[in-house]
Amino acid sequence: MATQLIDRFAADLPPDKRASVYQSTKATHEKRTKLLFDHFADPNHLRATAGEIKQHVIENLDTYLPIVEAKLAANGAKVHWAATAESACATVLGIMKARGATKMVKAKTMVSEEIGLAEYLGKHGIEALETDLGEFIVQIDHDHPSHIVRPIIHKNRREIARSFEREGLGDYNDDPGTITRRARKFLRHKYLAADVGLTGANFVSVESGRIVLVTNEGNSRFSLAAPKVHIALVGIEKLVPRDRDLGVLLNLLARSATAQQLTVYTEFISGPRAAGQPDGPEEMHVVFVDNGRTEVLASECREILRCIRCGACLNVCPIYRQASGHAYRSVYPGPVGAVLSPLLAGKQFPELADLPKASSLCGACQEVCPVNIPIPDLLLRLRARGKAEGAPRAAVASPPMGAWALLASQPAAWKAALLGGRLLNVLPTKFIPVPALRAWEEKRTLPAWQGGRFRQWMRERRKS
Amino acid sequence: MSTERNEILARVRAALAPLPRRAPLPEWDHELIQLRAAQPPGDTWAQFFQRFAAVNGTPLKSGAELVALLEQGGWRRGYCDPALWPALEGFFPAAFQVETTFDRARVDDYDFGITAAVGAVAETGTLILSDRGTSSRLAALAPWVHVAVVRPDQIHSDLSAALAALPDDPNIVWVTGPSKTADVEGILIEGVHGPGVQAALLLG
Repeated sequence: MATQLIDRFAADLPPDKRASVYQSTKATHEKRTKLLFDHFADPNHLRATAGEIKQHVIENLDTYLPIVEAKLAANGAKVHWAATAESACATVLGIMKARGATKMVKAKTMVSEEIGLAEYLGKHGIEALETDLGEFIVQIDHDHPSHIVRPIIHKNRREIARSFEREGLGDYNDDPGTITRRARKFLRHKYLAADVGLTGANFVSVESGRIVLVTNEGNSRFSLAAPKVHIALVGIEKLVPRDRDLGVLLNLLARSATAQQLTVYTEFISGPRAAGQPDGPEEMHVVFVDNGRTEVLASECREILRCIRCGACLNVCPIYRQASGHAYRSVYPGPVGAVLSPLLAGKQFPELADLPKASSLCGACQEVCPVNIPIPDLLLRLRARGKAEGAPRAAVASPPMGAWALLASQPAAWKAALLGGRLLNVLPTKFIPVPALRAWEEKRTLPAWQGGRFRQWMRERRKS
Repeated sequence: MSTERNEILARVRAALAPLPRRAPLPEWDHELIQLRAAQPPGDTWAQFFQRFAAVNGTPLKSGAELVALLEQGGWRRGYCDPALWPALEGFFPAAFQVETTFDRARVDDYDFGITAAVGAVAETGTLILSDRGTSSRLAALAPWVHVAVVRPDQIHSDLSAALAALPDDPNIVWVTGPSKTADVEGILIEGVHGPGVQAALLLG
């Protein structure tokens, strides 16, 4: 029987990588759970409330987007809108060209990965340097992140030490402290030489127009301290109604993402630097990016737009733990990616139509989700869509159900099949006439066939 | 540009039009995000220093303690906010080189930076920096040691209180411990791009 693509990726993953992905995701998940339940009387109520806040936001984007646009403008930021990835990249390039800027330092942003910004700017002669340690290593290796929060969860220190040696960042040394120190030394002069600092936004408060960024390393602070221009790339779904609501979301985000009570740096940015401040941007640009989000909003999977990119669903997912992030062949891996990536793919949906099947539907992803997204339900809706659209990848490794449908809708055929089922108890399973069933049986042991007893039981019950 | 704006907003409206009703904004009470282990009010600075130490912050209670820390680490060249220097100068022996302007061309020459904080959060051990309150963004970030100077009246009990009192400022940073990463094999390393030592000095 044909196997799903994700199974092939999982099979090809070297055992040591699988082990390290498994161990570190499991450890983060366990710490996250302990922290949430130690700290809060009712973490599940907290998650549900956060989900309601974000659901409210996405169902009222038509009201909130113009309000926050006006607020940002009043704060001194210039607001841009980009319908597609190409347009978002061109907008950023346009801002840079208008300033004669050639160098950018980037803080970690998933939207920039999604639109392929660094590559695009590179082609146009602009150095766009990743500054988050993990993303920096991904960039020098021409690799892709494999986790939303931990981009190099798939790499070990020896690989990183070799990359640093190759890039002229010092002799081979695989001590994580030395690796970090070398990146610090190299990158700080890049910040100081850069014209533009690019960030994403974890949240944008509609009430105040504050952009909220959470980081641990300090790279986004540096990107907003040395360069003269700040560009923030923001997915249109990132809004939060009031500053007050950030209390719910910030408490959940840090604990869910990295098992911290609060990330080291929580920044609230509402415009260019204050008068009298010697450092920091003179200009702030906010680019609101659609790139398929309005299509998701129109779909029956709009709940996925609540996502705050914490990665908790990756850490708990039995499939992610076996397959790692590259197996999802898209920017967003794991359960959230299995929903979001095919949706954002637009016309390329059929290419990723197998992802919603990369799940055992165990429900752990929803149980840990800080905004309580019903991921298993959304996966089922996308499986149905793949089937309805006849996407070949949506059917790979699905057992044929036509025969079952025929049997289940015709009582006479059903009874005959029940009789046939008894034969299974006496015949070796290799004689099962259905190939898919035989393949299934190779890995599992069928219990003894007991079909037909219910009808008999029913008849006797009626008699008495 | 504005055509794209209108296009996106039209698509948002079209996507939401078929919804029979919109999800309401939930009412939630402050207690929802109150920490279980929250200490009784009144002892907020003690709670702050306990939480600050728990996130590997370095609490300091006097100028003498500050100088002792710097001497112990061999950090002798640094920056100090010109407004704070008169109060601290007396503690510093002559062997220290302290500047009151931060020269970004010599970023590696500064071992420490002393700048003012505009607040602290007891519940999380967080320091609050703002653009109008910080004399130099770079001086508070680039040196290995950052010392944030806080005043006794600048304490908030918890995140909700701090959020309710966010100053009108274009750049507010909540700092909860030294800069850190766990990107390499999940191993915690402090001092990535920001300070490896984050100190808080309470000055009355």
